[in-house]
Amino acid sequence: MKRGTIPFWVFAALLPAAAYGLPILGMNEYYFYISYIVLQYVVLATAWNILGGYAGYVNFGTGAFFGAGAYAALVVMLLFEAPLVVQIAVAALVGALMGLGAGLLTLRLKGIFFSIATIAVAIIIETFVLNWRFVGGATGVQIIRGPVTYGFETHTRMLFFVMSVLAVASLVIARYIETSWLGRGLQALRDAEVAAECSGVPTLRLKLIACAVSGALMAAAGAPLPLYSSFVEPHSVFSLNYSVMALSMAVIGGMARWWGPALGAVLIASSQQFAAFASPEFHLLIVGLLLIFVVIAAPGGLVGVIQWVGNWRVSRKEINRSASVVK
Amino acid sequence: MSALLEVKNVTKRFFGFTALGDVNVTIQAGDRIGLIGPNGSGKTTLINCVSGVFKPEVGTIRFLGDDISSLAPHRRAKKGLARTFQIPRPFSSMSVEDNLMVPLEYVVHDLIDLTNETAVYDEARELLRRVRLDDRKGAFANDLSQVELRKLELARAIAARPQLLICDEAMAGLATKEVNEILDILLDLNASGITIVMVEHIMQAVMRFSKRIICLSAGRVISDGAPAEVMAHPDVRRAYLGS
Ligand SMILES: Nc1ncnc2c1ncn2[C@@H]1O[C@H](COP(=O)(O)OP(=O)(O)OP(=O)(O)O)[C@@H](O)[C@H]1O
Ligand SMILES: [Mg+2]
Repeated sequence: MKRGTIPFWVFAALLPAAAYGLPILGMNEYYFYISYIVLQYVVLATAWNILGGYAGYVNFGTGAFFGAGAYAALVVMLLFEAPLVVQIAVAALVGALMGLGAGLLTLRLKGIFFSIATIAVAIIIETFVLNWRFVGGATGVQIIRGPVTYGFETHTRMLFFVMSVLAVASLVIARYIETSWLGRGLQALRDAEVAAECSGVPTLRLKLIACAVSGALMAAAGAPLPLYSSFVEPHSVFSLNYSVMALSMAVIGGMARWWGPALGAVLIASSQQFAAFASPEFHLLIVGLLLIFVVIAAPGGLVGVIQWVGNWRVSRKEINRSASVVK
Repeated sequence: MSALLEVKNVTKRFFGFTALGDVNVTIQAGDRIGLIGPNGSGKTTLINCVSGVFKPEVGTIRFLGDDISSLAPHRRAKKGLARTFQIPRPFSSMSVEDNLMVPLEYVVHDLIDLTNETAVYDEARELLRRVRLDDRKGAFANDLSQVELRKLELARAIAARPQLLICDEAMAGLATKEVNEILDILLDLNASGITIVMVEHIMQAVMRFSKRIICLSAGRVISDGAPAEVMAHPDVRRAYLGS
């Protein structure tokens, strides 16, 4: 077993347990409300990183997948009164299929052309929903929430727990990909795609897997949204903002490790909640400046900085040890 | 027994420009072949067609008797076809050792026990020893010198245990001593049973290495045979010396 495996699984089990147990402490409802958003961004940034970080394909369609997940959940809710678990599963399936479809259409494009194509895909999907009467078109739909289930006191608390499970699931998946043959193949194709292909890596298949997994997680993150805000409307749900945020969180947190995007998401999304008292534009400005700083000065993001400090301490120790040997 | 590689009537065009015109080449197992030709004559394009990076408009490519014309490059790699790149393309975010893990994991995974980490890293070290790069196994591809990058290209290619290795100018821009070192490595690899096609401009190296030479000019094979014979061919002399 690799070092860190046991602490990881302990953490993976503790986060949802804590999310379940927290309400006992009698915390203010508001904290559940904003923590839900923070965890939602953990899922989005982690999902974005599977394609953007590991494979190096920069996707600007996060909002399209997120929105498609929200609408897929909405549709099965309106049609069949499906429970939340089913809504999430359907949303994930829709996201995976969308990822595969979009991947087949766009993955033969490289670099900036791929990114532009993902924006086009996002616009097409938003336009489709805008003209879909059943889900309210441009005006959206108001949802009447049923009674709270599973022994939770409020919807917000239940959804916070659900999102913590999704966050852990996305981290487990990202970590698996990173440490498996998939991760090595994606890294190889990111570094030199033709050379990877000639070294036996089925690059197209790997990119499609990354697209499908990334799309499924993004859509799953959007699935609880109709219940959370009891209102869904295309313009805000399909916002380009989700793409920009997911990308920024992954880049600032660090794209090389599974915990980088999550770290970026926690820092940026929670600071966003505090800065919301000042102004959202101000927060966006700060994120933008941070992004520029990281790209120029610390391309490894926080992950890179933390690893660098770690290496520096190890090498200091070694220097001290060899110095004492000399003495 | 069928030939190792059979390139038949291959034509490759780029936007109407014919980079390869009706190329026919047959290669027998065990051979050492020099593929020469002036700049832009289509050598790299031929490698790209054989390795599957490009799909020729016309023609078929057979490997050990099987038609591989429609296979993706990674499928051809699994069949035993390896190549290097004229401009080295390392996996630059990985260590030298990890560069080799890619073909080890993706091509020969059923031949070695991947769960046995020591065995895998032993295999990597042995590969690096064969290309004389074992002293740099932990280095990052980004920190390698030119000659080390060429060696890494070779190590990564042979990690897939190929039957045919095609090297695209593995010696270009190197000092004489380094050229000789790469040449020795290639001769060792051939002696260990790998058929090698070497694309090269350095004629001394080509003459020392090749048992057979193929000369391309403007996308056509203008001469193919024993080295002395090819070098004496008037068309080859004209293509090379412009006389
Ligand atoms: N991807 C491409 N798109 C368009 N034209 C190309 C492409 N690749 C090669 N060519 C053209 O095909 C011709 C043959 O190129 P190729 O790279 O095969 O030559 P070469 O023999 O390898 O030359 P060199 O010795 O300089 O490496 C050249 O005229 C080149 O410009
Ligand atoms: Mg060339």
